[in-house]
Amino acid sequence: MSSPSTAIEPAALDREQLLTMYERMVEIRTFEDLAGKNFAAGLVPGFVHLYAGEEAVAVGVCAHLTDRDYITSTHRGHGHCIAKGVDIPGMVAELMGKSTGVCKGKGGSMHIADVEKGMLGANGIVGGGIPLACGAALTAKTLGTGGVAVCFFGDGASNQGTFHEGLNLAAIWKLPVVFVCENNGYAESTPVGYHCAASDIANRASAYEIPGVVVDGFDLFAVHETAAEAIGRARRGDGPTLIEAKTYRYYGHFQGDMITYRTEEELNRYRQRDPIVAVKGYLLAHGLADEAGIDAIDARVTEKLDAAWVAAKAAAFPAVEETLTDVYVTY
Amino acid sequence: MVTATATRQLTYGQAVTEALRIAMREDPTVILMGEDIAGGAMVDHLVNDDAWGGPMGVTKGLVQEFGRDRVLDTPITEAGFIGAAVGAAATGLRPVAELMFVDFFGCCMDQIFDQGAKLRYMFGGKARCPVVIRTQIGAGVSAAGQHSGCHYSVFTHMPGIKAVIPSTPADAKGLLLSAIRDDDLVMFFENKVLYGMKGEVPEGDEGIPFGVADIKRDGDDVTVVAISRMVTQSLLAAEQLAAEGIEVEVIDPRTLSPLDEETILTSVAKTHRLVVVDEDNPRCSAATDIAALVADKGFDFLDAPIKLVTAPHTPVPFSPPLEAAYVPSPERIAETVRQIM
Ligand SMILES: Cc1ncc(C[n+]2csc(CCOP(=O)(O)OP(=O)(O)O)c2C)c(N)n1
Ligand SMILES: [Mg+2]
Repeated sequence: MSSPSTAIEPAALDREQLLTMYERMVEIRTFEDLAGKNFAAGLVPGFVHLYAGEEAVAVGVCAHLTDRDYITSTHRGHGHCIAKGVDIPGMVAELMGKSTGVCKGKGGSMHIADVEKGMLGANGIVGGGIPLACGAALTAKTLGTGGVAVCFFGDGASNQGTFHEGLNLAAIWKLPVVFVCENNGYAESTPVGYHCAASDIANRASAYEIPGVVVDGFDLFAVHETAAEAIGRARRGDGPTLIEAKTYRYYGHFQGDMITYRTEEELNRYRQRDPIVAVKGYLLAHGLADEAGIDAIDARVTEKLDAAWVAAKAAAFPAVEETLTDVYVTY
Repeated sequence: MVTATATRQLTYGQAVTEALRIAMREDPTVILMGEDIAGGAMVDHLVNDDAWGGPMGVTKGLVQEFGRDRVLDTPITEAGFIGAAVGAAATGLRPVAELMFVDFFGCCMDQIFDQGAKLRYMFGGKARCPVVIRTQIGAGVSAAGQHSGCHYSVFTHMPGIKAVIPSTPADAKGLLLSAIRDDDLVMFFENKVLYGMKGEVPEGDEGIPFGVADIKRDGDDVTVVAISRMVTQSLLAAEQLAAEGIEVEVIDPRTLSPLDEETILTSVAKTHRLVVVDEDNPRCSAATDIAALVADKGFDFLDAPIKLVTAPHTPVPFSPPLEAAYVPSPERIAETVRQIM
């Protein structure tokens, strides 16, 4: 029923698309590395969960989406935001709690959202986004917008009731939604082999009689291909799909995690197959870019991110009166 | 006979750990369950060791002594494992379940409110539910809208639930011991900002009874009833006010359900003034409940209107200056007291 996809030649992708996806992945990685550094420097309050290592999943999936499509995300949401086109300077400012943040500083890392961009929020509640994605898909279906909803969540979230309830609803109503489980091996310090009764989370799709597919989350092209099929199916009105992307997070669960539950060797095994390095290698090997071209992209991203941090540092905190606004539309 | 109990300095977090250890030693039916409360389940090098000991390290060190059969890591499935704790409690265990942050109560409220809290009543008194649900509350660390609430008022509202809210290390230990030995469903609210707070904690295994408020400071001029971290904030305000010649009596109810009405009313009969300080949202809250109690049963004692110092009717904001404005400060408390003097 579910079989791991093997690396697929990105036949359907042209050079420009490939370079754009590469740049997005580098943006995410750079964003996360800087978020980690600035957290350590005391500039980012609260809880920060970094997505580094998982870039191919968000980018490979969101490459198929436009602003009329919605995504829901998780506490580890920066990558999903960037892949969906949320403004990076606005994200950085949000991390710092500044008035120029995409949520005016009221949400922070765990609640970054941009509804205009179809980004329905990171989420502090594990499994909280899954029914919301079903709702966004219901809107698309009811209003006939042609849009789809993509729901990102972790291996840990697949044990929540909301996951099972959401899949069932999506199946009976044939909702245009794609469930993307990012199985990075752990929920906090707990390995998936302990917390989950299924050997592949994709197997859970069979209980709801929808397709369940395992994909290598370190392989951008495999993710892209698998997502194309699932999103196409949803757009055609053929109902939901569950994709399980096997991936890995490079950082700890959150910044400050001592990471005693996994070994350096395990981390290094993944780092050796780094998804960004792999795409770069592909671009070079196929003459789609040369070293100078890649360096130019990397430099552009670094410059953009550095500028975002400079601007966020200089920006004002929200006025204290803002504490009381935005609770209701009218009251 | 009263014997002086030896004490030593512990943090609030260490006091919780100590109470759990004592309770687990004295009663083999006490088990712990929660997400990453040991951590690293099934990791080869952590068979009898913990990876986390809970997100704040409060359950750290317990798996080594009690093993993974009594310190159960759970999947992220609050309805499932909190419901299982309720079911186990009704059938012979004394589970202490950890709901990592109180804000997550939405994920498991049916099991708490419709199952655990009502079971005894609906069964005509023929069942009991000796479960404790420990949970973190409070703003102050920029944990934002879904990890910073207090919400003990919600649980205080509900019949069948006991609501216990320690403000010091000694209270944390004594009240948790009583909670675990109690035969009813207890919600135990630990303030994340207080985990590092140090204080004298008695040796031994004595519990602190429910429904007994503690007078944290004596004073004749005004009664301040404060909950959880607001006790510390109110004591700071009381110091400022003492310098101005205003003597504040600070009362910590310690348990909101049951509530020690007598200590509050006796104090107001002496001071004739009441300020309630509560970090929870202000509508239908612990603060309004205590104000209503005094308006109802102590109206004749009052020489001034009852004042409330609370969080606003909003979720908790992320941005540090907004969050600082959200939480009642010693300055706001002192200013409110001055208004009614
Ligand atoms: C309802 C709920 N329970 C618990 C938590 C605490 N928590 C935050 S992230 C997390 C682990 C999530 O694991 P997974 O779904 O695999 O996502 P990952 O962190 O690996 O990306 C937990 C337990 C929470 N935020 N919400
Ligand atoms: Mg995970």
